[in-house]
Amino acid sequence: MKQLANARLVAVVLVGAALALQPLIALATGNGFLLVISTRIVIMAIAAVSLNLILGYGGMVSFGHAAYLGIGGYAVGILAQSGIYSGFVQWPVAILASAAFALVIGILSLRTRGVYFIMITLAFAQMIYYVATGLDDYGGDDGLTIYRRSQFGGLIDLSNKAVFYYLCLALLAATVFVIWRLVNSRFGLLIQGARSNDRRMQALGFPTYRYRVVAFVIAGTICGLAGALLANHTDFISPAAMHWMRSGDLIVMVILGGIRSLFGPVFGAIALLVLEEVLSEITEYWQIILGPLFLLVVLYARRGIDGMLGGEPHG
Amino acid sequence: MLLLIEQGLNGVQLGLLLFLVAAGLTLVFGIMDVVNLAHGSFYMMGAYFAATATAWTGSFLAGIGIALVATLLLGIAVEIIALRRLYGRDHLDHVLGTFGLILFFNELVRLLWGPAGLSLPLPSWLNGSVEILAGIYYPTYRLAIISMSLAVVALLYILVMHTRVGMLIRAGASNREMIGALGVNIKLLYTLVFGLGVALAGLAGLMQAPILTVQIGMGENVLIIAFVVIVIGGIGSIRGAFVAALFVGLVDTAGRAFLPDLLRLVLSAKAASTAAPALSSILIYLLMACVLVLRPEGLFPAARR
Repeated sequence: MKQLANARLVAVVLVGAALALQPLIALATGNGFLLVISTRIVIMAIAAVSLNLILGYGGMVSFGHAAYLGIGGYAVGILAQSGIYSGFVQWPVAILASAAFALVIGILSLRTRGVYFIMITLAFAQMIYYVATGLDDYGGDDGLTIYRRSQFGGLIDLSNKAVFYYLCLALLAATVFVIWRLVNSRFGLLIQGARSNDRRMQALGFPTYRYRVVAFVIAGTICGLAGALLANHTDFISPAAMHWMRSGDLIVMVILGGIRSLFGPVFGAIALLVLEEVLSEITEYWQIILGPLFLLVVLYARRGIDGMLGGEPHG
Repeated sequence: MLLLIEQGLNGVQLGLLLFLVAAGLTLVFGIMDVVNLAHGSFYMMGAYFAATATAWTGSFLAGIGIALVATLLLGIAVEIIALRRLYGRDHLDHVLGTFGLILFFNELVRLLWGPAGLSLPLPSWLNGSVEILAGIYYPTYRLAIISMSLAVVALLYILVMHTRVGMLIRAGASNREMIGALGVNIKLLYTLVFGLGVALAGLAGLMQAPILTVQIGMGENVLIIAFVVIVIGGIGSIRGAFVAALFVGLVDTAGRAFLPDLLRLVLSAKAASTAAPALSSILIYLLMACVLVLRPEGLFPAARR
């Protein structure tokens, strides 16, 4: 077991080192696309780590998490269209808007349980999706091109790809750290307790509903930040970013990587996006391989990549 | 008045189609406790089978007959190969596994039929309109859908309420372990129920095919609305699904038909034409959110186990 635990540590260190070296590798090989896909992986990893807080630790199967990617992205896009390029305005707005949406959605959705919760979170995400398609002034269905990335007054230049990549990576590290501290705090233990036996936690006198709402808002907020990054990365935001299949992708990342494990969603994001690239190189019809693969993961590797490395699901 | 009758019938027709899709979902959930996201894929497969079989045989009726049988067989095969292994698992596992099935079926269709959509032409005897009231004409085919769906609803009612298989289905819905313990071949029952649900989804898909284009992704839109239906109706309840399906069908149709004019009364013409399509798409989700906030288990919660 100790050996396996070490395998996991080695994997985390290797992945961390590989992520840290991406811009150098891209520079050395002259493969610019490498940095584009790495940045995307890191951004999606932030979103997946945030989803793991509620999906894994909290047991709240949200099927609408991609909505916050869209909200964060549209906050940046709409402000940029209105001539406000300052990241000091755009990013706080993206974060606050996601938090506000998550608060309303959380308060209403968390009254329900199980499949009803899955479906109501999906319904809210669909509403936001259709609102975005109706934003004719901001591109509607076709989306919105962002001509200037967020400006941070000379402090940091996001149009430099390597700088932007390292910013995303630093934010991913910060996210993992925050989730780690949260999960091991009293708050984290509480939402995990509510996952395994909500009634008992309530009988012990904990107002679990409130704690679950707070966890839901934290996850949505972090994902909103990932949305702001995503819009800057692609210089574009469209309703497609919050299509319900994207919410499905985020769930896949969490499970593929290892649910209720700190680094699992990071592994999952890397695995899914690399797999998509590799499979689409092999065949145009790559989803015909990817789909059954999900089924196999569910059937035979329920604890995901982290489980294969010997990690025990937390809690 | 004319518009009201026409839109009312459109709403009923949409509602009945939604019921056919939702009935399978709610049966599978009520009895096997499985969330099947791939249900919409069978709706799509039904439509593709019908378009192809009609083109082969040259007969619309033969085409839909073949398509129905093909969808049923496909459903049984999927149950035996994949779904069966997911029983008793966490709902999250169902979501992920059947999400994989959606990707598989969408890509399979793209591989076999290509990315462009198909169309299923109507035979001339269905491609007209009928005078339903003095001076009011309504497309024959839509009336045919309504009558066909009502017939299926009646058959389903008889099957579930007045036959031995139906009794087992109802017993399975209220207590899975017990009917297994009583010696009922539960595996066979599950396969039958799944096949029945899939055939109903396929039927809905192939009936809708002549009205809409047969295309990849057509199943997903219906799937999500069908989920709205079963959640409003109370998951596991067929009666709830029926009431909710008609309700959702009417609200959605009314929203699309009348919302633009209503909004124009309070907003400028430009704002109204921008807001109306988005708002009418949102209407049913809004309805569902309201229902769930007031009744977290839907309008007709299935009996607790």
